[in-house]
Amino acid sequence: MSAQESLETEHGPRPGTTLEPAAGTAEIDINAPGVTRFDLVREGARRDGIEIVVYEPRVEPGSRLERRTERSVALLFALAGLAGAAFIVAYIWWPWEYPGTELNAFHLQRFYTPVLGVTLGLALFLLGAAIITWVKKLLPHEVAIEQRHDGPSAEEDQRITAATLTNVVDESGIMRRPLLKGAIALGALPLAVIAAAPIIGGLIRDPHRPLPEMEAAGLDLSPQDHTGWHPALNDGNPVRLVHENGTPIRPADVAVAGQVTVFPGIPRGTTNYYADSPALLIHLRQEHADELRGQLYELNEGSMYGNYVAYSKICTHAGCPPSLYEQQTNMLLCPCHQSQFEILNNARPVFGPATRSLAMLPLALDDEGYFVAGTVNDAGELVGSDFKVPVGPSYWER
Amino acid sequence: MSTTTEPGPRAKAERPSRLAHAGRNADERLQAASPLRTLLNKVFPDHWSFLLGEVALWSFVVLLLTGTFLTLFFDPSMEHIVYEGSYTALRGVEMSAAYASTLHISFDVRGGLFIRQMHHWAALLFLAAIVVHLLRIFFTGAFRKPREMNWVIGVLLFWLAFLLGFTGYSLPDDALSGTGLRIAHAIMLAVPVIGTWLASSLFDGPFPGEVIIFRVYIAHVFILPLLTLGLIGAHLALVFKQKHTQWAGPGRTNTNVVGERMVPRYAAKMVAFFLVVFATIALLAGLFQINPVWLFGPYKAAVVSVASQPDWYVMFLEGSTRLFPAWETRFSLFGEHFTLSPLFWPGVVLPGVLTVLMLAYPFLEQRITKDNRIHNLLQRPRDVPVRTGLGAMAVTFFVILTISGANDVVAKSFDISLNAMTWAGRIGLIILPPLAYYITHRVCLGLQQHDREVLAHGVETGIIKRMPDGRFVEVHQPLGTDLEYTGWAVPKKMNRLGALAPAVRGFFVPIERPAAPPEVAPPAPNGHDDTGTGEHTRTDVERR
Repeated sequence: MSAQESLETEHGPRPGTTLEPAAGTAEIDINAPGVTRFDLVREGARRDGIEIVVYEPRVEPGSRLERRTERSVALLFALAGLAGAAFIVAYIWWPWEYPGTELNAFHLQRFYTPVLGVTLGLALFLLGAAIITWVKKLLPHEVAIEQRHDGPSAEEDQRITAATLTNVVDESGIMRRPLLKGAIALGALPLAVIAAAPIIGGLIRDPHRPLPEMEAAGLDLSPQDHTGWHPALNDGNPVRLVHENGTPIRPADVAVAGQVTVFPGIPRGTTNYYADSPALLIHLRQEHADELRGQLYELNEGSMYGNYVAYSKICTHAGCPPSLYEQQTNMLLCPCHQSQFEILNNARPVFGPATRSLAMLPLALDDEGYFVAGTVNDAGELVGSDFKVPVGPSYWER
Repeated sequence: MSTTTEPGPRAKAERPSRLAHAGRNADERLQAASPLRTLLNKVFPDHWSFLLGEVALWSFVVLLLTGTFLTLFFDPSMEHIVYEGSYTALRGVEMSAAYASTLHISFDVRGGLFIRQMHHWAALLFLAAIVVHLLRIFFTGAFRKPREMNWVIGVLLFWLAFLLGFTGYSLPDDALSGTGLRIAHAIMLAVPVIGTWLASSLFDGPFPGEVIIFRVYIAHVFILPLLTLGLIGAHLALVFKQKHTQWAGPGRTNTNVVGERMVPRYAAKMVAFFLVVFATIALLAGLFQINPVWLFGPYKAAVVSVASQPDWYVMFLEGSTRLFPAWETRFSLFGEHFTLSPLFWPGVVLPGVLTVLMLAYPFLEQRITKDNRIHNLLQRPRDVPVRTGLGAMAVTFFVILTISGANDVVAKSFDISLNAMTWAGRIGLIILPPLAYYITHRVCLGLQQHDREVLAHGVETGIIKRMPDGRFVEVHQPLGTDLEYTGWAVPKKMNRLGALAPAVRGFFVPIERPAAPPEVAPPAPNGHDDTGTGEHTRTDVERR
């Protein structure tokens, strides 16, 4: 059986058997007369440990098949060029500027990106197809076998290299000079520290360092332990509940069974600067409010105002806003990890990975009838109050 | 047929051309003739599955090209500005400069949206190719000695790509990416002892602070690409040095490589393949919208929407976080209270354990099988049922987590209770992987048995023969006598033996001459021929 057949037959010689040696495995004299270029190629391969065992044209030169294949490769190249040109034309002249309110379903601008994608995709794909067709149908078919040289280096080489390496160590005399060992450690250690210093000194930030606003108010309060509702951020006065646009909220603004996201009415209170502050203000139905009042945690006593209740809008699991409010079941659902909180039971987590109830924001009204975060004490005075527990995800020293 | 034809003109006829002169000039300075020849001659084996890693490589090249373009327009700043660009729906809205510049790229840069979408699609393809490539390496045992180091580099590259992806989609500062950062922040907080310090240091204070986008940006465009580029270089250098693995097959041994020399065939095919990968990304980017950030709005801590899913390669962690039960450990030590967040297990421990297991796998297998030999031949997955079973187990685990990462969407689409989906995920995660192991193991053994059967009795021909005593038997075509299984595909259909091959090529008109009719060999004395090739579709009654 010839080498060619044995390579192409499914069940020819099994791996491990070597092919019949082809002509050209022996060294040839490249200066001998009559040496062809391909003889040189084979000799080069031989010197690289490669045997070219099959090398034959795929198509008969000058045959109908060859002409046909050549034509299809040329056509693919030409079509690629055409698609490429189409891309350039579209890129320059297709209307691309966003037309604003004039945009409709058939506006050409809508098709700018698809046209770019299709033309570029076609151009590249056709170019690739042309090359692949060329290689697979016109280039000679070849099977080459290269020998691997796995395993360790020759033992001799190993010994010589090992000797060279140990000689380097020996030359330095580090083994014989313990003083130097200590000196190197002493000299290099500070350098290692210097490498770490900018990272530690520049990057590390004490998580308990108070916000500048807190420092200005003279309070040493870690940012985890307060939010924008802390009265110290409002000159000691209770902080108003405001809409995102900054307008304060009266009880009548929230319809029964309605809910609204509220922010602390302080400078930057509605921005991400106080990202832990947003709360959900809910106006419960009478029977629901009664149910909640009947089972309030001790911590939450006095935090409701009438039938209104406000919960932190930062999930105690991973910090997403659990803002999907199910009016019928009185549940809050967090869309990130599907924790569900029972509004009528102190926003206790009833399903999903969250472990803690959402914090309740104490509600009261100020002189002008707007909602504030605060409680009325026994003396009848309105006292500003933050959430009574840290909001958001758990952390080590919580 | 083993003799080769003589291509090209005769060597003697060549006159020193300008090209030869240039070559000689270069060689006088670089002495490159011999190493260049060795490079051109290097032999590569061919198989479709060897292209998977190449998809990843070419996607990365597209990522570098498109990413560089995007940096020319992106502003990684969290400074508050009011949007005044041409997208009418968001005009006058307060947002970060990062988000505004993403809108700018999408609406006010010619072709900007196209490049942005190419970048994102290329990232998805990059990760997908890495994962599929990793599975290929795993299931075929290509990680075995001497390639353990390259497996380790590959696993590290997966995590680098993962981080590149995550930092990339965090940059636009839209509602979705901000939510992702918020969860990442919570996972950092969940690290025991140093959690708050870690989070506060990276975000420079409480979440989100004013610097995180810029820091993520530097990681995304400098630190991570640099590391990735370095490791890709090492990865390819090792493939080059250790030579590619190959499938078992005719002429292929553990000590050779059978294939084509690198230049021109292999190199040309590589270039063409780059073009095809690039074309696929361009088509995806042009035809399929991805991450339309203008619909999400700027990130605000109080805003989120349903179906907030990360990119697909992060979804397994999203899923693990969704499925993990509400277990929070609280304890007191020396009068201080400490908390172990429920995010710690699925968000920190799980990815850590998975990484360690993956890194250690080649060494564990080596230890258990006590196989310290060098392996250059790939294994068919069926021939290593235990490893294949373990792989199926891992894939099942990953798929369940990934589906659970979108369990709200599944619940909504198929009208299933969300709670039922979560419970199905929790139970499935425990029960299905071992089941997958068992089934895969059995299937592997069955396939092995069938291979042996075909080798012993031959290929089923579909011809039913009635015996004189009334029995019916199927006629089998033997492949030969005393064939041993050699780790390569066994033909199982008659047309694999050439029985049903088309006579002449050409769809409308024949484009080749019909082959000369085979010479009919005189019947062998023992009744069937030894080679059993498809040339003669002789049949033989199965002997039992």
